[in-house]
Amino acid sequence: MASKSTTAERARASAEPGTCVLVCLLAWAVPGAAHFWLGWRQKATVFFVALTAMFVIGLALNGRIFPFEFAEPLVALAAIADFGLGLPWIAAHVLGVGRGVVTAVTHESGNTFLIVAGLLNFLVILDAFDLVTGRK
Amino acid sequence: MTSHLLLLAVFAFFVSTVFAALMRDDPRAQLQTGGLLFGSFLLTAVVLGWLMYPLPL
Repeated sequence: MASKSTTAERARASAEPGTCVLVCLLAWAVPGAAHFWLGWRQKATVFFVALTAMFVIGLALNGRIFPFEFAEPLVALAAIADFGLGLPWIAAHVLGVGRGVVTAVTHESGNTFLIVAGLLNFLVILDAFDLVTGRK
Repeated sequence: MTSHLLLLAVFAFFVSTVFAALMRDDPRAQLQTGGLLFGSFLLTAVVLGWLMYPLPL
């Protein structure tokens, strides 16, 4: 486990707005990366492994990475949730995966994995923000 | 992997793990919270499943 003094010292030292934005961007791009940088290695590993695994399982279950179609509010909300996972989301777009197979039995389960992985990473970003601002 | 129960368990495992890591700092407390959350997920799903069983689709 990371020592709390190291984390607290880093939080105090890095509470400038620019650093907060950088930490949040880092947390968005790679799940757990911000916690790793802040010294919470064990938590960082858990976030990276769990969220990446959820994303990969979601894709393997024929889940769909939803497009930003604001004419359809539920699709747009799902797209915002998917977007929470940063680089894996970008990689999926670049590689052309995540189109989903609507007829697959596991399609909805795959969607659930993808959406919840993104939403959980939003919570991880908020946790990193709290750590860097010294609120936690 | 098309078993709904297995998918439910895998989903509950990952969500419980992330929540436990977010909520607790000490590894032992994380394990306890994660286990409690995981068990609650499974129990709630089974109870809700049985409660919905008589409802027509």
